Amino acid sequence: MNVTARRVAVLGGTRIPFARQNGPYARASNQDMLTATLDALVTRFGLEGEVLGEVAAGAVLKHSRDFNLTRESVLGSKLAAETPAYDVQQACGTGLEATVLVANKIALGQIDCGIAGGVDTTSDAPIAINEDLREVLLELNRTKSNASRLKTLTKLRPQQLLPAIPRNAEPRTGLSMGDHTALMATEWGIGREEQDELAAASHRHLAAAYDSGWMDDLVTPFLGLERDQNLRADSSVEKLAKLKPVFGGPDGTMTAGNSTPLSDGASTVLLASEEWAKAHDIPVLAYFTDAQTAGVDYVHKREGLLMAPAYAMPKMLARNDAALGDFDLYEIHEAFAAQVLCTLRAWADPVFCSERLGLDAPLGSIDRDKLNVHGGSLGAGHPFGATGGRIVAALAKALSETDPERPARGVISICAAGGLGVTAMMEAAHV
Amino acid sequence: MSDRYAQLVNTPIGKLVTKQIGLPQPSRLERYETVPPIQTRQAVISGPVLLGAAGAAGGTSSPRLVGAAARILKAIDADVLTPMDEALRTAAAQARLDAGVFNPEAAAEDQRFKALVFDATGIASSDALEQAWAFFKPAIRRVLSSGRVIILGTPPEDCAAPPMAIAQRALEGLERAIGKELKRGATSQLVYVKPKAEGQLESTLRFLLSPRSAFVSGQVIRIGPAAAATGKFDWDAPLAGKVALVTGAARGIGAAIAEVLAREGAHVVGLDVAPMADELSSVTVRLGGSFLAADITDDDAPAVIADHLLGQHEGVDVVVHNAGITRDKTLGRMTEEQWNKVIAINLTAPQRITEELLARDAVRRNGRIVGVSSISGIAGNAGQTNYSTSKAGVIGFVQAYAPALAKRGVTINAVAPGFIETQMTAAMPIAIREAGRRMNSVSQGGLPIDVAETVGWFAEPGSAGVTGNIVRVCGQSLIGA
Repeated sequence: MNVTARRVAVLGGTRIPFARQNGPYARASNQDMLTATLDALVTRFGLEGEVLGEVAAGAVLKHSRDFNLTRESVLGSKLAAETPAYDVQQACGTGLEATVLVANKIALGQIDCGIAGGVDTTSDAPIAINEDLREVLLELNRTKSNASRLKTLTKLRPQQLLPAIPRNAEPRTGLSMGDHTALMATEWGIGREEQDELAAASHRHLAAAYDSGWMDDLVTPFLGLERDQNLRADSSVEKLAKLKPVFGGPDGTMTAGNSTPLSDGASTVLLASEEWAKAHDIPVLAYFTDAQTAGVDYVHKREGLLMAPAYAMPKMLARNDAALGDFDLYEIHEAFAAQVLCTLRAWADPVFCSERLGLDAPLGSIDRDKLNVHGGSLGAGHPFGATGGRIVAALAKALSETDPERPARGVISICAAGGLGVTAMMEAAHV
Repeated sequence: MSDRYAQLVNTPIGKLVTKQIGLPQPSRLERYETVPPIQTRQAVISGPVLLGAAGAAGGTSSPRLVGAAARILKAIDADVLTPMDEALRTAAAQARLDAGVFNPEAAAEDQRFKALVFDATGIASSDALEQAWAFFKPAIRRVLSSGRVIILGTPPEDCAAPPMAIAQRALEGLERAIGKELKRGATSQLVYVKPKAEGQLESTLRFLLSPRSAFVSGQVIRIGPAAAATGKFDWDAPLAGKVALVTGAARGIGAAIAEVLAREGAHVVGLDVAPMADELSSVTVRLGGSFLAADITDDDAPAVIADHLLGQHEGVDVVVHNAGITRDKTLGRMTEEQWNKVIAINLTAPQRITEELLARDAVRRNGRIVGVSSISGIAGNAGQTNYSTSKAGVIGFVQAYAPALAKRGVTINAVAPGFIETQMTAAMPIAIREAGRRMNSVSQGGLPIDVAETVGWFAEPGSAGVTGNIVRVCGQSLIGA
C-alpha cells in the first residue's frame, strides 16, 4: 500500500453559465446539465472514450429517481462507460467536498485522475406527494385482501392531493438560510452598505472577467445562455441601496441584491496526478494541497448557521504552518454578502479567535483586493452543488496566471446548510 | 405592609387604566429568595450584559477597569456583548470572555440588556464625555425590567489633572439622570474605583448586577485598596465560618439582615431587648444562630456583648448596628427623654459597642462594622429632629472610624434606608405614606430584604476595598437626594 501522498494537479474545469430559477434551464434536469458539463470538459481535454479513475459529483435538490445521478450522467456522456461514479451531497459544500474526495484518492495513489463536479436546479425541483397520501398508498401496497384494500382507500382525503414542496429551511430551526444569516449579521453588526458594496464588486469583477475574455475557457454556453443570467454589469451600490430588505424584518439589511438568487447550473473540474497530466500532455494549472471541513452547533450553542468555515480555516492553516494573510488569492463563497463579512469580522475578532477558535491571537484580516477577484456567487448565481467546481476551476486558472518567478497560494471558503463549512488550499503549479 | 397600588398596576386592567391617566408605574422588582433552604444557586444576573469602555478606540486615556469588569463577568458566567471595538474585544478575549458583538443598528427586540456596564475611566476631559453619550445612546432603551446601568469611574480626588477630575465628577450627574430616566424597575449606579484598587471591584459589581441591589439606585460607591487580605472564600456562601452580630434582630429590617447573613453562610448572633426575646429566639433558631438578650443602652452592655462574642465564638467578623427607634415629635414639643433615648440607642450605643469590641480585640481581621443610617439623617424630617440627628451621626460614625479601622484591616460602612415597607411605615397616614412610596425612581417602597442585601454586600469578605461608604437603599428617592 502506498503511504506517501502524491501532489494533486488541477488541470482545468468548465461550467455552463448559471441561470436564474425558471429561466432558460427551467426544463433542464440535473442529469441534463451535469451530462452537458461533463461532455464539455471531456471535449476540451480530449478524453472521449477514456476510462477515468472516477467521477464524483452531486446535487442538493434531487429527485428520488436521481439516486445514481452522477453514474447516469457518466453513462450518458462521452466518457467510457467503465468510468466509475458516485453521488456526493453536502449542501452547498457538495462541489468542493467532491473535489476533496477525488483529490484524496489521487494523492493516495488509488486513482490517477478523476472529475469532480456538481449541479443543481431550483426550477426542475422535486415535488413529493403529500406525506399522508404516501402513507395511505404504502399501506394499500402492503394490504393483501380486496376488502381491506377498500377499507384503506376510505382513508383518502382531498387535502392529501396537496403536494409536499421542498422548503429552503433548516429542519432543526425552521428558519430559512436567509433568516439565519440575518441573525448572524445582527450578531456581528454587519451594515447594509458594506453588504451592497461587496455585491456590487462581485458583479463588477465578474463582468470584467467576461468582457476581457477571461471566462472563455471556464464557461461553455448551454441552451442559448452565454453568460450568467444573474450578472448585472451595471450594478452599483446606489442601485442596490434601493432594494427592500427580504430577510431580518423591515429594518433588515439583507436584500435580493446582496443575497444569492435561486439558480440552475453545473460545473466540473479535472484533477489528476502529475504523471497522468504529463502522459496526457495537459499543463498543470495548480495543485490542490489541503482541505478542511467543519461543523458548528447552530441549534443548541449560539453559533451562526453559516459560521463553520470560520472554524475550518484555522485548523487547515495550522496544519500548513500558514497565516490567514499569506494568500495571494481568496475565494469566499458569497452565499450572502453578510456571510462573507461575518466570517471576515470573526477572523479579525480577538474574542471569537480566542474563545471559539482557541487561538492565542486573531487570525487577522485579509487584503480585500485579493478577494473574489473574478467575481463571486452574488454575481454569478449559486446553483448549490455547482459552486464548488466553479470556484476551484477559477482559482486554478487565476493561480496559473500569477508571477511565475514567485510562489502563489489561494484559499477557498464555502459555507453550507446544516452548519457546515468547507475550506481548501491551492498553490500555483510554477512554484 | 402590602402595597395595594403596586398590586393593582401589575394587573392587566390596572396597568391599562393607571397608564392612561398617567399614574406611576411601579413594576415588580426582581429579588433573591432569602428563606432557607434555598434549593438552587441564584444567578447573579439573568440576562445579557453590554460591556463598554470610553477611550478604548482613539480615546484620550486608556480605560482602567474594563479588564477587571470582563474577568468578573466571566466569573459569573454572564452572557456578555461588547460594541465592535478592537481594544474592547481584546480586553474581553484576555478575560476569556466569549462576548458577542453589539450592533447598534439591530432592532431593539433582537438585542436587549439586563445590564449596561460602562468603564468611564478613560474619560480625561469634558469633551470626551461624549463617549459616554455614544455608548448609552443606542443602548439605554434596550434595558430590560429590573435592569442595571453601572458606570465605573476614577475618584475625582485621585485624578492628577483638573480636566480629568472635572469629567469624572460629571459622571455623577449622568448616572443620577439615567436613574430617573430608566423605567420598569431598572437602576443606575456610579462606582469610583481608586487607582490600584481594580482588584477590589468584584464584590460590588456582583452586588450591583444582581437582584440583591433591587432598591439601590442613584448611588455613588467608592472602592479603595483592600483593608486586609480577603483569603479564600466561596462566592455562593461568602460568610461561611464567619460570626455576625446583628442588633435589633427580632423583627423588621434586623430580622431580614439576620436572614441574609445566615443565607450567606454566617453564624448569626441576634441581639435584642429582653421583652423581644421570644421573637428574637424564633428568628435565630430558624437561622441556626444564637441570641443574646440585652439592652444596648445599659452601662455594662458593651462588656456583656464582648464577653459573649469572645467566650462563645472567640471574636466576631461582622457587627451590624441595626437597633434603632423613633420617638417622633416636633422639636418644640419633644421631651428630654424622647431626645435622649433616640440618641442613646441609635447613635451612642453603636460607638460604645464598637469601642469595647476594638479595645478587647474582638473584631477579627478583615472584619466589618455596618451602621444603619437613614434618608432622614441625610435630608432631615419634620417631627424627627432627634432621629435625623442620630442618623446623621451614624454617617459621622462611619467617617470618623473608617481611617483608624482600615489600619486594623476592618471596614466600616452604613446603609441609609429610604421608604421601606415595615410596621413603622404601615402606621403612617396614607397621604404621607403614598408620597414616600412613590416619590422615587422605581415608584414603590423597598422591602426589609433590600436593606439586608446591602448589608450583606458590605459584610462579604470580598468587600475589603469598600469602606467609608454611605449607601442609600431608597430607589433613588427624591427626598434627600
